[in-house]
Amino acid sequence: MLEIKNLCASIGPGEPNILKGISLTVNPGEVHAIMGPNGSGKSTLAQVLAGHPAYTVTGGEVRFEGEDLLDMEPEERALAGVFLAFQYPVEIPGITNAYFLRAAYNELRKGRGEEELDPMDFLDILEEKLKIVKWGPEMMQRAVNHGFSGGEKKRNEILQMAVLEPKLAILDETDSGLDIDALRIVADGVNALKRPDRATILVTHYQRLLNHIVPDQVHVLFDGRLVRSGGKELALELEAKGYEWLSEVAEEVVA
Amino acid sequence: MSSSVESLVNREYKHGFVTDIESDSVPPGLNEDVIRLISEKKGEPEWLLEWRLRAYKAWLKMEEPHAWANITYPPIDYQDIVYYSAPKTVKPLGSLDELDPKLRETYDKLGIPLNEQKLLAGVAVDAIFDSVSVGTSYKEHLGELGIIFCSFSEAVREHPALVQKYLGSVVPISDNFYASLNSAVFTDGSFVYVPKGVHCPMDLSTYFRINQAGTGQFERTLIVADEGATVSYLEGCTAPARDENQLHAAVVELVALEGATIKYSTVQNWYAGDEEGVGGIYNFVTKRGKCAGARSKISWTQVETGSAITWKYPSVILQGDDSVGEFYSVAVANGRQQADTGTKMIHLGRRTRSTIISKGISAGRGNNSYRGQVKVMPKAERAWNYTQCDSMLIGNRCGAHTFPYIDVQNRSSAVEHEASTTKIGEDQIFYLKQRGLNTENAISMIVNGFCKEVFKELPMEFAVEAQKLLGVSLEGSVG
Repeated sequence: MLEIKNLCASIGPGEPNILKGISLTVNPGEVHAIMGPNGSGKSTLAQVLAGHPAYTVTGGEVRFEGEDLLDMEPEERALAGVFLAFQYPVEIPGITNAYFLRAAYNELRKGRGEEELDPMDFLDILEEKLKIVKWGPEMMQRAVNHGFSGGEKKRNEILQMAVLEPKLAILDETDSGLDIDALRIVADGVNALKRPDRATILVTHYQRLLNHIVPDQVHVLFDGRLVRSGGKELALELEAKGYEWLSEVAEEVVA
Repeated sequence: MSSSVESLVNREYKHGFVTDIESDSVPPGLNEDVIRLISEKKGEPEWLLEWRLRAYKAWLKMEEPHAWANITYPPIDYQDIVYYSAPKTVKPLGSLDELDPKLRETYDKLGIPLNEQKLLAGVAVDAIFDSVSVGTSYKEHLGELGIIFCSFSEAVREHPALVQKYLGSVVPISDNFYASLNSAVFTDGSFVYVPKGVHCPMDLSTYFRINQAGTGQFERTLIVADEGATVSYLEGCTAPARDENQLHAAVVELVALEGATIKYSTVQNWYAGDEEGVGGIYNFVTKRGKCAGARSKISWTQVETGSAITWKYPSVILQGDDSVGEFYSVAVANGRQQADTGTKMIHLGRRTRSTIISKGISAGRGNNSYRGQVKVMPKAERAWNYTQCDSMLIGNRCGAHTFPYIDVQNRSSAVEHEASTTKIGEDQIFYLKQRGLNTENAISMIVNGFCKEVFKELPMEFAVEAQKLLGVSLEGSVG
């Protein structure tokens, strides 16, 4: 589904690389966790995959279902089925959640050559999806993320994911800043959407999310490189040992 | 903002066509003879001619307001303007069916429902073509309720006492440079009178169209709501795309007597000039309402997307006790547009209340200024004002300015002013793009959200129109 080969990226032409050659293959049905210390490039990887204009790809390639992902506009990637749950969801004052979700949903439908849904038909879909994040309809009349708490913003990302049903969901530290209950709701949301034809990449600092969402693979990102990959037990090892010891591993990888 | 947020390619102005129709125009230039000629052509009574001439004399002593307004333009040659231009075929019409087909075609193109059969939306329309009113619809129906809705010329002929009583009572002939000019040379406009206790059952609407080259448009609108009456009035404007600048200097006067409510909504889409700033309308307009009676209310809502320069301050004089003034504004300055707009709320009566919500959007090389005055006089005990003034910047070559003037002469009053400036961020756009919206739709959504508090004040159909217009006028503002 997703094939990343030797991906390098910086925050602009002439700047040093933040991603220094990442290769990763994600197959349908899989859940991959990407862990690593602050500043290792985890969020950069997520943003580059989604096409954030602040980053420049300096090398490598990314294929999504065989297509050149890096050649696509952010909205084309979205319509192809790539979804990014933002680490810092953006506020859109004056636009209700309901309106925003329907607009995004209808863009997908238009992309597939289907008719747009009117507000009433969309409401039926929305009511089902709201159950996933345990929200009432009142949240739909609030402006997108405007005045939301940190936890509400993250739940809103999961709701958007539930409505848009992406093929590949990339969750960028969706667990950080959540209390135990909110964490469980987010995790349940991700699990509820799991299907053999969909894949998930979880970017996270902490092992605790992985108690709720069991990954098929765990990768450790250190200084712009994937320095180790393994099963879910790797996350436990990181939890026990911290990230310090990885600097040696990283040197070995570079060598 | 990064390089992606630049480059201006304005979509072609949709209303930029010219109607080929013969006109009856006076030669360019302004002097007493021209004013006498205008007055004579319109068959006006002596008092109105005298009034015009007094205004003209006052105007001669005045100067263009270059000093204080945050706009720049070369001095206008007032001797080079045609002050009267009328479609030649216009004569008093027995019914709208007699309207010149070319005029009707023009209004059809603009989407104005002059044809009464089409008036399912229930909006009564007066259409001003160049300077002359070409037809008022739904007149009979309104007449049964005692509501007068007609062209200004007709009002002068049929209801001279009302016109004489209220004309200039809110905007006096020596008020300001453009208002005085208008008073001297105005050719037509709309007149509304809603009698005591009558609620006007439909929105009244005037559609303004400048067609003839080299002409100025100087219309005059006077709306009087008698005790306990209510009326909602809509105004729309377009003009052909031309290389020259054309002057539009209108005056609108509103009078609300005791317990009356007037709601005045404008969607202004005059030609804005091209992206280099060539051509476009100079929209120098004086709009003012007087809450003359207790518990009266005047509410202005404006969406200003067009014009090369907009200079207007729809204001309310809160004279009656417990009267209410409101101003809701969205002003867009894209390309090389300049807007200096805002309001004045003059609190005279006790417990008078005013609300100002201003949304300024600057894009391209546009320059947008909010200028607002809140004045609370000594006798306006417990007066209250809330002002919210938000600016949004798109790109990094545009400007947003705020000039609030607050003058409170009374200790029991409360005046609140909030201002904010935001820039459409790459992150906001990226967020929406990541959800599948393209850049234009993303911008449009962000801007519409920003303007929501104003749009919700507009009548439903107008609100939809305003949102579309905003999308079009900002098209290409982000590359």
